[in-house]
Amino acid sequence: MSLHTLPVWQLRQKLRQGEVSPREATQALLDRIAAVDGKVKGYLWLNADDALAQADAARNGGALAGVPIAIKDVINVEGQPCTCASKILQGYIAPYDATVIRKLREAGAILLGRTNMDEFAMGSSTEHSCWGITCNPWDLTRIPGGSSGGSAAVVAADEAFAALGSDTGGSIRQPAALCGCVGLKPTYGRVSRYGLVAFASSLDQIGPLTKDVRDAALLLGVIAGHDPLDSTSVPREVPDYLAGLERGIKGLRIGLPKEYFIPGMDKEVEAVVRAAIRHLESLGTEVVDISLPHTDYAVAVYYLVATAEASANLARFDGIRYGLRVRGEDVIDTYAKTRGAGFGPEVKRRIILGTYALSAGYYDAYYLRAQKVRTLIRQDFEKAFAVCDVIVTPTTPEVAFRVGEKTSDPLKMYLSDIFTISANLAGNCGVSVPCGFAQKLPVGLQILGKPFDEETVLRVAYAYEQTTAWHKERPVL
Amino acid sequence: MEYEAVIGLEVHVQLKTKSKLFCGCATGFGAEPNTLVCPVCLGYPGVLPVINEEAVRKTILAGLMLECEIARFSKWDRKNYFYPDMPKNYQISQYDLPLCRGGHVGKFGITRIHLEEDVAKSFHFAASSGVDFNRAGTPLMEIVSQPDLRSPEDAFEYLTTLKEILVSGGVSDCDMEKGQLRCDANVSVRPVGQQSFGEKVEIKNMNSISGVRRALAYEIQRQIAALKRGEKIVQETRRWDDEAGVTSVMRTKEYAHDYRYFPEPDLMPVTVSDAWLEEIRRSVPELPEAKRRRFVEQYGLPEYDAEVLVADAAVAAYYEEAAACSKNPKAISNWIMTELLGRFADNKMAPAQLAELVAAIDSGQISGKMAKEVFAEMFATGKSASVIIREKGLSQISDAAALEAWVEQAMAAHPQSVADFKAGNTAAINFLKGQVMKLSRGKANPQLVGEILARKLQKA
Repeated sequence: MSLHTLPVWQLRQKLRQGEVSPREATQALLDRIAAVDGKVKGYLWLNADDALAQADAARNGGALAGVPIAIKDVINVEGQPCTCASKILQGYIAPYDATVIRKLREAGAILLGRTNMDEFAMGSSTEHSCWGITCNPWDLTRIPGGSSGGSAAVVAADEAFAALGSDTGGSIRQPAALCGCVGLKPTYGRVSRYGLVAFASSLDQIGPLTKDVRDAALLLGVIAGHDPLDSTSVPREVPDYLAGLERGIKGLRIGLPKEYFIPGMDKEVEAVVRAAIRHLESLGTEVVDISLPHTDYAVAVYYLVATAEASANLARFDGIRYGLRVRGEDVIDTYAKTRGAGFGPEVKRRIILGTYALSAGYYDAYYLRAQKVRTLIRQDFEKAFAVCDVIVTPTTPEVAFRVGEKTSDPLKMYLSDIFTISANLAGNCGVSVPCGFAQKLPVGLQILGKPFDEETVLRVAYAYEQTTAWHKERPVL
Repeated sequence: MEYEAVIGLEVHVQLKTKSKLFCGCATGFGAEPNTLVCPVCLGYPGVLPVINEEAVRKTILAGLMLECEIARFSKWDRKNYFYPDMPKNYQISQYDLPLCRGGHVGKFGITRIHLEEDVAKSFHFAASSGVDFNRAGTPLMEIVSQPDLRSPEDAFEYLTTLKEILVSGGVSDCDMEKGQLRCDANVSVRPVGQQSFGEKVEIKNMNSISGVRRALAYEIQRQIAALKRGEKIVQETRRWDDEAGVTSVMRTKEYAHDYRYFPEPDLMPVTVSDAWLEEIRRSVPELPEAKRRRFVEQYGLPEYDAEVLVADAAVAAYYEEAAACSKNPKAISNWIMTELLGRFADNKMAPAQLAELVAAIDSGQISGKMAKEVFAEMFATGKSASVIIREKGLSQISDAAALEAWVEQAMAAHPQSVADFKAGNTAAINFLKGQVMKLSRGKANPQLVGEILARKLQKA
């Protein structure tokens, strides 16, 4: 078996036993990247010498000692570029480590390279990257999902043992589903956001994209926990996620929300997901019908809350202190020219939308109302979790679409996150695991949990994964 | 027609904290540009704010001193506008739930006090501009008055009182030259007796308290003159030019900002517990006005003394400590006002030592002249009065038997003077007194010598 195909936990066994060295593991990955990334185009930046130097310096000890990890280009790694796939940050080198990166370093990980994404994490296909598209390893004419499309694609194509992404409305789970890997969005507040370039501060979470559920548990254990530098991170004990995996799921109640099996969804996808649910039932869980009545409003609420926050978060990119500067006649003109040239169309669209939603006279009707509906959506989940332990849904309504298919219709693109957005609005955790194929493309099963109950979500995902073989399927490249 | 002015003040005060509001950078004035900065206060991508609890505490302390209602639940908001001195192009401030509401500065009401981050400072050169971010993120308290002020003198009183209170509480040094206290004014005029307000004008760029007074005086006259000419006042922002002594238009209402406030998602709301509020309440110092009243009543001081002593909290504390050990609080005040003010920082003498010096004078142990010498030594060395008196052999002799012996000796040696006195030349007593002082080598208590001489001469 080739080294690059291993999940992290298996690679760690080999590293620990001295069967392979960090340099060999890193080199195997670099070779694989050299062989296939020309097709997948998942990486934006990679420095082989730097990666090998980190590998040579790696000491056997930490949970990720000697393991190269790919990082979405929205998380700051000191000394590496952090462009957020935007021209406005062309040439920008991060001056500090994000807290998750500090934790990865402390665990001995190698910060391998930067993965492609939709500009500033705004998108569902990774087509909104100023550096070009990333292709779905299962079908290079299709998109890998987004916004963490690069991270999902490099994990699926065995160009990374694991990767970090960020999830604001589904940006980890949706690409994981479309590329056939595992993607975990932790509960809001579980993982520090310090060093994650903010898109929508009240929704963003960093999480892992991995080859299997055990790796997701392993990485979450490393990056989770309270951070004094992030006031929204929660001071709660981090459980031993790995130890929790094998406790079994017999007797757990699986909630099926009727609003997530909609008429417009792909029939094949629905059949695959329903089969997965039957499989969970066969493992001794009890399936209960539930309702999340405000689901219909989730996309609308999301595109008001997220864009409003984004309009302020992205205001700092003005050409004054760092990044692109296009000189104008005066400072206002410099702002206009810099931002006009630096931001892509989707980012501009969302900044304008968010600015509008916050404007005098519209605030109450849009932003404030959206926040009230957000509360209702959260209450939906609270009520649902009174009668079930996890909620299971399809991750996406359809499989990976073709490159260019939805770029001209933003609304259609927005709907590809319809099943993932609610968890961000409510703050819950969720994971997407491979559960089969439709039209020969991967389908993801989404398992949503109560706030801070990643343990149960991972346990259900693990039980499913260990009794199926979907996660072992690999694209041919 | 008679007009009256209606004035409201918005005062920004930099809090006296070691570090900035949302990061660990030091606060400071006068450091090399862009040396007190980090990714957080420069607004780099990915950074997050963390609240400096000391800044919240000082704002609550200010609120308690100004008798505001302290909010138990308060939150942060983003105020959005683009300007190069604003690192994130939004300012973290407080919009609808400020830390303090109500309260007053002397007889003038205040609406609210909120906490926000200061912006950077722009510098304009011949062909370019620069921004110094050292100031960016310094905790800044905004105090908004009610439209209770009616004259430039009211504004002067409001600002002087506010400054005195905040300095006395250690909330801020309020040095306007360092930008630690900045004031904008809203002013309108209306016919006397009219209830509704006139169209208001905001004045900016006033850099001293007297500047505020002059700017308001100018602006009120300008508005009244305009109304008398039949013109209309338009809502606008005007800039005060201190040198020219005039205000001029900065921007009109059409250019008013829409700040698009919304709750700051990166920070949790501030909740003030009973215990914390109590703890801060216990640290509220006596207000300067109350302290002046108390000094007059408790120590029997003239109002002038009370005012001078209370003006500096350290001096006032020194005075109180000394007065507590003394039977003559007025003498203590005299010594401080004439000998200590102006060089208070160099003083090595403990308050109780000053009280001891005053007691030595009052008991007649040393003369007023000796006391000056002793004081100088105490000031410089911190030695006690008794030690210095002993070392220098300065003690005054007030022992009646010893004095009588010298008096008799002097009278015996100068019979002519005694005779002159008896003949009605009362000035002769001064010659004899001088002889006694000579015999005692200057140590005899001159007052007692005078008394004994007078008595003995009558009998002679």
